[in-house]
Amino acid sequence: MSDAPDRELRVSKIRDGTVIDHIAGGQALNVLAVLGIDGSEGVGVSIGMNVPSDKLGTKDVVKVEDRELSQGEVDVLSLLAPEATVNIVREFEVVEKKRVERPDRVVGLLRCPNRNCITNADEPVESAFEVVDDGVRCEFCAGIVREDIGDHLAVH
Amino acid sequence: MRHDHLLSAGQLTRGDIEAVLDRAAELAGRPGLVGDRHADRLLALCFFEPSTRTKMSFDAAMKRLGGDTVDMGPVESSSVKKGESLADTVRVIEGYADGIVLRHPSEGAARLASQFVDVPVVNAGDGAGQHPSQTLLDLYTIRERAGLDDLTVGVMGDLKYGRTVHSLASALTNFDARMHFVSPESLRLPRGVRFDLHDAGARLREHTELDEVLPELDVLYVTRIQRERFPDENEYQQVAGQYRIDAGTLERARDDLTVMHPLPRVDEIAPDVDETEHAAYFAQAHNGVPVRMALLDELLGADGDDDAAAADGGEPR
Repeated sequence: MSDAPDRELRVSKIRDGTVIDHIAGGQALNVLAVLGIDGSEGVGVSIGMNVPSDKLGTKDVVKVEDRELSQGEVDVLSLLAPEATVNIVREFEVVEKKRVERPDRVVGLLRCPNRNCITNADEPVESAFEVVDDGVRCEFCAGIVREDIGDHLAVH
Repeated sequence: MRHDHLLSAGQLTRGDIEAVLDRAAELAGRPGLVGDRHADRLLALCFFEPSTRTKMSFDAAMKRLGGDTVDMGPVESSSVKKGESLADTVRVIEGYADGIVLRHPSEGAARLASQFVDVPVVNAGDGAGQHPSQTLLDLYTIRERAGLDDLTVGVMGDLKYGRTVHSLASALTNFDARMHFVSPESLRLPRGVRFDLHDAGARLREHTELDEVLPELDVLYVTRIQRERFPDENEYQQVAGQYRIDAGTLERARDDLTVMHPLPRVDEIAPDVDETEHAAYFAQAHNGVPVRMALLDELLGADGDDDAAAADGGEPR
């Protein structure tokens, strides 16, 4: 969080939970959607959107209290926020920094943008995408999605 | 070929392809070679889209192997019309037959079907996806006419939605082939296909005009540009007109150029080409029977082979 000096701190520190920083500006709500967090869980969630950042120009920050993200959850985030950093916080201290690594495949997370893909036809299957160089590829129709992956979330 | 299903051309190695083509060549000469090896076998023909050549040639192939077929019939008179899912349909049909040949308007349909059944599934066309058994007969035809090495192939027409094109291009990466793709800008190869071709190290170039490459080609594979791909009739006429060939067009081609087409053609190849030495599309269609015999013979296996084939697992992708 060295991007902004303390006087610009817009979101207060959390005691326990996960801080996801350096999310590309505007993607915070998609990040929460991927994590299945919509506020109904009752945990504290703070969101900073389009915060000035040296690294990204503007960035989003998400803080989720009382929940520690697993590596699998962190990896899925990489598709939306490849630059993201994930810190696990206990008693106000960062106890673990998780690295975002791209998973080999993602299942059930995205909806195939190809309207003619069989996965969009009310069949009893989950979507499945192989993660390729700079995008994802539908394992059914072989179509490739590179831009705006956050627009194709199946979990809104 | 050690696969449970034939879903896309990308799963085929050079060895797989050559094995099928060699077997097809044997069977073309002596159709009785397999005897009654498949006498008790039933193949289900599930065509959710109209088909003449593909369906009839699978039917003929299975019967020439001594087996028989059961046909789902047109979609209009099936329970699909009542809203049944494809997953349910194929799970039911699996109980009736030893293999399923599936044509469906949605991309990925055959892959989905293969996840719900234990019998072999052959993708006989899935929307704008793949049509790998067509590719095998295309390759058989190319091998007979031009050989599969040191080959320059031009593919022209609707490269975006043309499933035969997608499968052929993918399979050709197994061979020493240079590929030229000729199409209007709006019907270029889709991103997924180009990704695979580059991934496989294919030597390919894309063009908007046939003139640029015609004299170099050993094979010209023509596909139909469909009217419904264009917003209006004028634009269709204008664009499609640039991708039609006639005997005059081919005067600038090599004498031994082979012209192919998956058929049906409308007017993209003028009838005067039929009389030239270049025309291979009818022979190509005839090759569908021996090639599909070889494919089915391999996929269905002999009676005692079932367990061994299953133990080899699915397609390596």
